[in-house]
Amino acid sequence: MLHVTELSKTYPTGDEALKEVSMEVDGDETLAIIGPSGAGKSTLIACINRLVEPTSGTVVLDGTEITALSGSRLRAARREMGMIFQEYGLVDRLTVMENVLSGRLGYVSNWQAFRRNFPADDVRMAYETLDRVGLGGFEDQRADELSGGQRQRVGIARAILQQPKILLVDEPTSSLDPETSRTVMELLTEIASEEGIPVLINIHEIGLAVEYADRIVGLADGRLVFEGSPAELDEGSMDLIYRDGEAAEESESTPDRPEAVGDVPST
Amino acid sequence: MSHRSDSAGGGLYPEEWSRPTAFRNRWVRLGVYLSVLAFFVYSIWEIRVTPDRLLVGIEGARTLLSSMFPPDFGLSFEGGGISVERNAELIRTGVVESLGMSVVATVVGVLVSVPIAFMAAENMVPRPVYYVGRVVVSVSRAFHVLVVAIIAVVAVGFGPLAGTLAMVFSTPGFFAKLLAEDLEDIDRTELDAIRSTGASRTQVILYGVVPQVLPRVIGLTIYRWDINIRAATIIGIVGAGGIGSTLYSSFQRYEYDFSLAIVLVIVAIVMVGEGVSAYARRRVQ
Ligand SMILES: Nc1ncnc2c1ncn2[C@@H]1O[C@H](COP(=O)(O)OP(=O)(O)OP(=O)(O)O)[C@@H](O)[C@H]1O
Ligand SMILES: [Mg+2]
Repeated sequence: MLHVTELSKTYPTGDEALKEVSMEVDGDETLAIIGPSGAGKSTLIACINRLVEPTSGTVVLDGTEITALSGSRLRAARREMGMIFQEYGLVDRLTVMENVLSGRLGYVSNWQAFRRNFPADDVRMAYETLDRVGLGGFEDQRADELSGGQRQRVGIARAILQQPKILLVDEPTSSLDPETSRTVMELLTEIASEEGIPVLINIHEIGLAVEYADRIVGLADGRLVFEGSPAELDEGSMDLIYRDGEAAEESESTPDRPEAVGDVPST
Repeated sequence: MSHRSDSAGGGLYPEEWSRPTAFRNRWVRLGVYLSVLAFFVYSIWEIRVTPDRLLVGIEGARTLLSSMFPPDFGLSFEGGGISVERNAELIRTGVVESLGMSVVATVVGVLVSVPIAFMAAENMVPRPVYYVGRVVVSVSRAFHVLVVAIIAVVAVGFGPLAGTLAMVFSTPGFFAKLLAEDLEDIDRTELDAIRSTGASRTQVILYGVVPQVLPRVIGLTIYRWDINIRAATIIGIVGAGGIGSTLYSSFQRYEYDFSLAIVLVIVAIVMVGEGVSAYARRRVQ
C-alpha cells in the first residue's frame, strides 16, 4: 500500500529532521508513530504527501511513486491521501460546509470552486459525513465558532470527503482534553475499518497509541528506532525511543516520559 | 561584559555616569544643536517676517475675509422658492465630477493593487518577483498625488482623466503595501490544509488566502475611497478636474464669496465621506 524507502529530509536551516526512514503501511491497519518532540514525526507525514519536499528517498502509494510526480499529477496523487492536522487546519473564516467540501477541490474546476458549485453527489456526501462525525446541522456555522473537538471532526470529515486511500494524521489529539481525544481516536479507527483504509498517525500520548494502534513505530532524532506491536513496546524500547531523543533535546522530552508511561492502560 | 574588568582592579567602581546619547560625544551633540539653531535663525531671516509685513498681511486677510462673506452658493431664496443660479450649477458639476473621479480611481486602483500586493508579499512569490513588487510600491509611494497629477495633466491634458490617473497611480503605495503585510501574516497551516486536498494553485488562493484577507481588502478599499474623495476635491487646483478646478478659477476671478462656498462644500463632502468610511469599516471588521 504505502512504501516509504530511505526517506531523508534536511531543512535549509541544516536540521536533519529525517535520516533514511523506511516503513510500510498496509490493509486497514492503524500505525502509530511515537517519539519525542523534534523527532521528525510531522516532517515524515508532510513528506509523504509532499507538503514538505523530501531531500532523498522514495514514497510509493499503491504503485504510484509520489516522489517522482510534479504539477497536476502530484495534485491528483494528493487527493488520495486525506490529511488531518494538529491544529485542525481549518480555514477559520469559511463555513463548516465549505471546509468539508474543500476535500473535493481536487475534482472540480477553479470556476466551480469559486462559485461553491460542487456536484450534487459531493454535497450529499458532505451532509452524510457531517452526520457521521456527529456534526449534522452545523453546516452553516463558521469554523472558528466551534469547539476544539468539533473542529477536529470537521477536519476528519474533510479528509473522508477525499475518499482517500490512506489517512495521514498529525497529532490529532494534542490540543484536546483526554475525553475528547478518545472520541477522536475512536472515530479515526472506526473510519479506517469501515472504509478499509490504513491510518498513519503521529501521536504524543503513548497510552492512546498502545490502546488504538495495531502497530507502533518509534522515531528518535530522525531515525526509526523501534517497530512492533503495542505489546512489544516494553521498557527497553521506550528507553531507546526517548533516551535517544533526550540526548538531542534533554529538557523537552524528560517530562514526557512519566506522564506517558502513566497513561498506559493496565490491560 | 566589559564592566567586569573595571571592577577587577581592586573593587573600584566609577563614580560618574551619564546617560548614553545618540550622538557620539558631547562636541558632536553641541555641533548638531548649533547648526539646528543657525538654520532656524536663517529661515526666519529668509522669510523676512517684519512687524510691517505682519500688519500688511493682517490687513489683506481682513479684506479677503470680508469679501468672502456671505458665501455665495448660487442659491437665492425669494418668495418661498429657491432659484438656482450659475454658481450652484458649477458646484454641482464639480462635486459630481470629484465623486466620480474618486469612485473610478478607487475601483481601478484596487484592481491594479491586488496583484501588486501579492507580488510584494515575501511568502507569495519567488524572490525576483518580490523585489519588483516592492519597487512598484515604493515608486507609487514616493510621489505625492499632486505631483503625479501635474505630470498627468502634462501627459493627457486638463480634466478629470488626469486626476483619476494620478489617484490610480498613488493607490498601490498605500493599498498594496498594507495588503502585502497582511498576506505575509496569513496562517500557513490553513494553506497547507487546502493544498493537502490536491487543490490547484488558484483554488488554494480562493479557499486558503482569500478568506483570510477579504475583510482587510474591503476595509482598505473603503479607506482608500475616503482618501481619494479628499484628493479628488483638491487635485483640480493643478488642472486635474473636479471641484478643485472650480475653486481655482473662482480665485482667479476674485469671486471670493464663491470660493468660500466651494470650500464649505468640500469640508462637508470630506466629513461625510470620512463618517461613512469609518462606519462601513467598523461594520466589516
Ligand atoms: N520548516 C522548518 N524549517 C526548519 N527546520 C524545521 C522545520 N520544521 C521542522 N524543523 C526541524 O526538524 C526537526 C523535526 O521537526 P518535526 O516538526 O518533524 O518534529 P516532531 O516530531 O513533529 O515534533 P513535535 O512532537 O514537537 O511536533 C526539528 O528539529 C525541527 O526544529
Ligand atoms: Mg509535530
